[in-house]
Amino acid sequence: MSTTTAADNRRKAPRGERVADWADGRLGIYSLAKTNMRKIFPDHWSFMLGEVALYSFIIIILTGVYLTLFFVPSMSEVEYHGSYVPMHGIRMSEAYASTLDISFDVRGGLLIRQIHHWAALVFLAAMFVHMMRVFFTGAFRKPREVNWLFGFLLFVLGMFTGFTGYSLPDDLLSGTGVRFMEGAILSVPVVGTYLSMFLFGGEFPGHDVIPRFFSIHVLLLPGIMLGLLVAHLILVFYHKHTQFPGAGKTNKNVVGMPLLPVYMAKAGGFFFLVFGVIAALSALFTINPIWALGPYRADQVSTGAQPDWYMGFSEGLIRAMPGWEVVLPGGYTLALGVFVPLMVFPLVLAAIAVYPFIESWVTGDKREHHILDRPRNHPVRTGIGAAWISWYLVMLIGGGNDLFAIHFHLSINAVTWFVRIAFFVVPVLVFIATKRICLGLQRRDRDKVLHGRESGIIKRLPHGEFVEVHEPLSQEQLHTLTQHEQRKPLEAGPEVDENGVKRKVPRVQKLRAKLSRGFYGENTQIPKATPEEFKEISSGHGHH
Amino acid sequence: MKKLSARRRHPLAALVVLLFALAATGGLYAAFAPADKAEAEPVAQSLAIEEGKKLYAVGCASCHGTGGQGTTDGPSLVGVGSAAVDFQVGTGRMPLQQPGAQAPDKPNVYTQAEIDQLAAYIASLGPGPVTPTEEQYSPEGADIANGGELFRTNCAQCHNFTGQGGALTEGKYAPDLEDVDPKHIYEAMQTGPQNMPSFPDQVLPEQEKQDIIAYLDTVNSEDSETPGGFALGGFGPVTEGLFAWTFGLGAMIVVAIWVAARTAKAKKS
Ligand code: HEC
Ligand code: HEC
Ligand code: HEM
Repeated sequence: MSTTTAADNRRKAPRGERVADWADGRLGIYSLAKTNMRKIFPDHWSFMLGEVALYSFIIIILTGVYLTLFFVPSMSEVEYHGSYVPMHGIRMSEAYASTLDISFDVRGGLLIRQIHHWAALVFLAAMFVHMMRVFFTGAFRKPREVNWLFGFLLFVLGMFTGFTGYSLPDDLLSGTGVRFMEGAILSVPVVGTYLSMFLFGGEFPGHDVIPRFFSIHVLLLPGIMLGLLVAHLILVFYHKHTQFPGAGKTNKNVVGMPLLPVYMAKAGGFFFLVFGVIAALSALFTINPIWALGPYRADQVSTGAQPDWYMGFSEGLIRAMPGWEVVLPGGYTLALGVFVPLMVFPLVLAAIAVYPFIESWVTGDKREHHILDRPRNHPVRTGIGAAWISWYLVMLIGGGNDLFAIHFHLSINAVTWFVRIAFFVVPVLVFIATKRICLGLQRRDRDKVLHGRESGIIKRLPHGEFVEVHEPLSQEQLHTLTQHEQRKPLEAGPEVDENGVKRKVPRVQKLRAKLSRGFYGENTQIPKATPEEFKEISSGHGHH
Repeated sequence: MKKLSARRRHPLAALVVLLFALAATGGLYAAFAPADKAEAEPVAQSLAIEEGKKLYAVGCASCHGTGGQGTTDGPSLVGVGSAAVDFQVGTGRMPLQQPGAQAPDKPNVYTQAEIDQLAAYIASLGPGPVTPTEEQYSPEGADIANGGELFRTNCAQCHNFTGQGGALTEGKYAPDLEDVDPKHIYEAMQTGPQNMPSFPDQVLPEQEKQDIIAYLDTVNSEDSETPGGFALGGFGPVTEGLFAWTFGLGAMIVVAIWVAARTAKAKKS
């Protein structure tokens, strides 16, 4: 379709069309575009959280490129003589000096630095809430489990990109963070010392850590993330986006706006809004004022030294953990006070990562799902998610225990003990409370379906009784409130086989049945209104 | 001339010269020294001690004992020096209002003259660090950068990078140093109040104390410059994280809801 002699004879096609034709003849983009550009995207604000992450990631990359033009990833010592007077004559690494230069002598440098850092905080926060959106709506279910893992990897890599990034200026705060990491590595039995020597190219801090972190931060991790991100988005396209239940929405369709032009226009506008918010934050509020912190020196340390928020839970783990130490025969020390947190750290993350697989195993649900769950209709999952968040928050509080102590006039020991106990207790309480709230909401849904919405209009009946008029719901609303299925728990199978012989039920299966009862058994759902009940009540036998 | 040059070598010449020199210095001293003060000081001093003793008996003796020897409610003040009193009373820490983890600073109830009298009385109980003079603690012309380096080495572990304060164990804390009077900073270093170690001149000479004061004045006072915009209290990543979540992500969500609500109406086709 690239050349047509007939067209040549009459008139030249417009230039744009010719270019498109040229490209299509070689790249075959037309058919690709045809199918994808009309792809439908449902509209819901919570579906835009992933976009916030995407746009802040783009902003981070753009500003990061600018910063690499001026940043010197070197630990060789120089004496500072730039514009920031309170640092005059101080010996510091070139990395720190160049960050001071970016802040005070490079045009727009400070603003770009602040955009880069604020965007990083927002990026991880956006990923976090995006992940929670996907979690609570059950969007991770088949066929999206792999995409859930891609997303999870992006979150973890984002954490480490952030960590390596804020370590680069080699200031006293981030240097303390690197020291913290060194301590954690050293606590690994047997290989800890070797690992540390390998990473730092000798004794801490050495001269290699900043150049190495630099390559990891600007090349390795962003490269992997970019690849994962593209894969993530391709999968979103391929699976098509999920949608909330509603009239006309089925497991087989997507109701919304086409990608082009509507969604693209919105997305483009949204990018600039995100950029605008981050730029405004960065123009108005200081972040990581490294000039006030001083260059890193191994003999200096400051109180109130915390990592960025996404690393805060690891700080909390360390601060809450008692400083246990075991000396093994032969004089080998096990620094449990550091090693245990180091082991719990990946567990916290893994707990959320593997959840989709556990849920599908426990519930035996292997079907595809494209309609999202309303969180209340899955009290156990919602409870688990809320418990995990509360757990994470408890650890964040632990990470800032000193600041909480000072600002709320508490004893830091009390805060630490609170965190230690809360680490075990709060998730359980939150789970129970969340589950109950979900059940309460389910009850209300059932009520609404059967008796309609409370209208706020009070009517006096002939015999004097006052009643509130309930308005019946529309068909659409009824559909939304009743479309969900209520599953039965899996059974481990009968105790005896058809011949009456006691069957051997494998342990795993028993466990699975038990967990499944936990998910869908008693007290996990309020039976939704059945059509019969509905008919009976709406046919006038109801109490009003 | 000849006579003088001959006597110059006289055995007693050296003695005579010495006598002359002594007389000259003595005379010079008498001429230049503030004569009235030399006489009046002991008198004023003892008056101040008298007054201080009275103030002490009213405000402090209940805890520190009538002779400053200490009780179960307060430590001995023998040998703490006038600097400690000037600091403790000047920052309002003393008189202590109620026992607690740490004596907090609060509005000071004594005039400077009364504080000086209290200080004089306590100083008379035993020698200790002396209240510094203005030229000792004035940060004028001190080396800010060096002060920063010293502060990070000696003070940041309790007071934070820029003196924002920090928590110690069991509810004790190193306070925020914003806008603390230079004199009180100097005295804090001299006397090491409560859980703070003292930094006497052998450890941290006068010049270095001035550098630290100058540094604090630059980075942690009401008119410190914050080139990056509002400093969010200067507490670092914890406040930054809270801020990114509430205002950063909060704004994003508001914007997302706004954008999502502005949907194109689907055309019937
Ligand atoms: C309610 C009891 C109480 C009263 C009243 C009181 N103090 Fe104290 N004072 C204390 C305690 C307790 C400490 C020890 C504080 C600490 O180290 O935590 C102390 C400490 C001091 C110190 C510091 C001692 C050192 O080792 O550096 C000075 C100086 C002092 N007080 C002076 C005074 C003066 C002057 C007054 C009267 C204006 C006064 N105090 C009133 C209880 C009291
Ligand atoms: C071991 C921790 C520690 C170190 C190190 C330390 N301080 Fe303190 N500092 C404290 C504590 C605790 C207090 C509160 C004392 C009180 O309330 O009486 C304090 C109080 C002060 C005050 C009085 C603040 C006010 O609000 O009146 C100043 C000024 C001060 N310190 C300066 C310094 C300087 C300068 C250095 C370094 C040379 C330093 N401190 C080192 C713990 C420390
Ligand atoms: C670099 C970070 C990330 C970016 C840029 C990103 C981007 C996106 C975008 C734009 C979408 C489609 C719109 C939406 O549903 O929000 C999406 C969907 C999805 N994301 Fe992410 N995401 C990131 C991280 C994560 C994380 C941390 C997870 C979970 C661990 C995750 C899991 C998913 C899943 C399962 C979907 C499909 C949701 C559905 O179809 O309903 N993503 N992502």
